[in-house]
Amino acid sequence: MNRISGIAASNGIAIAKAFRLENPELTVDKKNVADTQAEIQRFGQAVNESIAELEVIKKRTAEEISDKEAAIFGAHLLVLEDPELIGPITDKINNDSVNAEFALHETSTMFVDMFEAMDNEYMKERAADVRDVTKRVLAHLLGVKIQNPSMITDEVVVIAEDLTPSDTVQLNPKYIKGFITDIGGRTSHSAILARTLEIPAVVGAKSAMSSIDNGTIVIIDGLEGEILLDPDEATLAEYKEKQTAFADQKAEWAKLKNEATVTKDGVEVELGANIGTPKDLTGVLENGGEAIGLYRTEFLYMGRDEFPTEQEQFDAYSAVLKGMENKPTVVRTLDIGGDKELSYLKLPKELNPFLGLRAIRLCLEMPDMFRTQLRALLRASVHGNLKIMFPMIATLDEFREAKALLLEEKAKLESEGVEVSDSIEVGIMVEIPSTAVMADTFAKEVDFFSIGTNDLIQYTMAADRMNESVSYLYQPYNPAILRLVKTVIDASHKEGKWTGMCGEMAGDEIAIPILLGLGLDEFSMSASSILKARSQLSRLSKADMEGHTEHILGLATSQEVEDYVKNL
Amino acid sequence: MVEKTFTITDPAGMHARPASALVGSLSKFQSDITMEFKDKKVNLKSILGVMSLGVPSGSTVQIAADGADEAEAMETIERVLQEQGISNE
Repeated sequence: MNRISGIAASNGIAIAKAFRLENPELTVDKKNVADTQAEIQRFGQAVNESIAELEVIKKRTAEEISDKEAAIFGAHLLVLEDPELIGPITDKINNDSVNAEFALHETSTMFVDMFEAMDNEYMKERAADVRDVTKRVLAHLLGVKIQNPSMITDEVVVIAEDLTPSDTVQLNPKYIKGFITDIGGRTSHSAILARTLEIPAVVGAKSAMSSIDNGTIVIIDGLEGEILLDPDEATLAEYKEKQTAFADQKAEWAKLKNEATVTKDGVEVELGANIGTPKDLTGVLENGGEAIGLYRTEFLYMGRDEFPTEQEQFDAYSAVLKGMENKPTVVRTLDIGGDKELSYLKLPKELNPFLGLRAIRLCLEMPDMFRTQLRALLRASVHGNLKIMFPMIATLDEFREAKALLLEEKAKLESEGVEVSDSIEVGIMVEIPSTAVMADTFAKEVDFFSIGTNDLIQYTMAADRMNESVSYLYQPYNPAILRLVKTVIDASHKEGKWTGMCGEMAGDEIAIPILLGLGLDEFSMSASSILKARSQLSRLSKADMEGHTEHILGLATSQEVEDYVKNL
Repeated sequence: MVEKTFTITDPAGMHARPASALVGSLSKFQSDITMEFKDKKVNLKSILGVMSLGVPSGSTVQIAADGADEAEAMETIERVLQEQGISNE
């Protein structure tokens, strides 16, 4: 049994016989042509035939995969219509009296070399686009038929030097169980498409073409990036088991994607995602997020030379609200200062930035900046289910002042005739112990709480979370933290309000059962944790966990809590 | 001639999808349209030209249109950059 290692490009296990996808040698000879006009016409015809072929592939991809994947072929079509490519080729045929094949080869090689020389993985991949397009036109010029993967009607794994995007699109998952390529990386077109098609793939295997014959039984382990040739019985059995386990998990998670989050005893909780930009929405929807529990707006302000305008902010907030289609969307107003700085906002250096002028404190100090954000949010509110959240609230006065500004801007907009939603909930982050302790008072005025665990832990334990030497004090399961969390949740429920949690603790395997028992209403985490959390919650009973709460809160240390929950 | 400066705000810079949308929207214009980044100027109607610049996030580019329909062309450029969410200036 032989083993080849490569790069894991798409999850899953495939077991089937090998099918070698040979790349026909397209040799280009330099020839002199007398009738250059006829040659240019011949070239034009090959380009047109290629365009027609690409239109078909593009359409097929849009129908069978997605518009997003089809866009790759839109780019190929643009390359074929590119004046900077076509122009030099026809000039070359004309001026040097050479054949179209040679002119095409020379010109495209120049672009391929240029892209490959770039110090950027992404740009290097663009070289593959140019090669793919060139090969297609060249085949038409030479009258060579390129091997067509869509003709395969046997269960196989495909072995190839490389797969062009147009090859990959023709791979029918019904027959093609997986593929291996000798070149490429995780961001190659073929790797991306494999993940979309959900077929296992290993790329960058280097020696697959030179060592695998047609018909050899091959195991592709797309989880580990391993390839096994001619496996013995025991190995085959082992991988069949691994294949089933993977399929089971995938099926369970896929089933959960469009499901509500319900515990074993039938209690519903909400699983939301934390995002930083509108682009993160894709991940939220792909992972079945029921809400945005935290939209960090500071990314709008970062990496630029001046404040974002009201319009820019409106565009971003509207995009997120529209994308969520009326699902709850909690937007946190600007949380800057502390470890997050803006180059265009010169703030005096502070000895204790985490305890200094940041977040809501800064916004109340600079009301014009704050009002711009509030106006953008209010204007966007008609596009979805907006909830506004103020960060770093320490006193009720701060909340009242921030809310007053919000209501002022709302009244102003309405007098200008701008439509604003009337059902915007206004809540606060609970990340300062004073606020957690006073939660019962806050609960009378706010619409919701969202517990920011990273800061709540840092302020409760008086341990700088950037300081490695005190990192042992970052203890999410410390009973002190859990008791504060309980205080906040209970206070909100007493007033008929709700409590969420953003920060990684909400997606933590040990914390989830505890938080469920404490009555947390909304868990917000990184999108990739959602399905796992939903699966875990479906196996937990809320009533059971409530029964453990008193004991857990009575434990003495973080370690005791962790051990107790692990043994449940 | 009309000229405008844009800041590319997309975290991935000027990548294939927005570049394609931009280039694809310009073939119908008569005007010469160029994009300049770090002293390198390319034909904005050329996808290879645009991608060869490798414009990263946060950088500024100058776009110029010259010809009978230059104003219309610039409007299209602004609209497409906005729609694609790669620049908002």
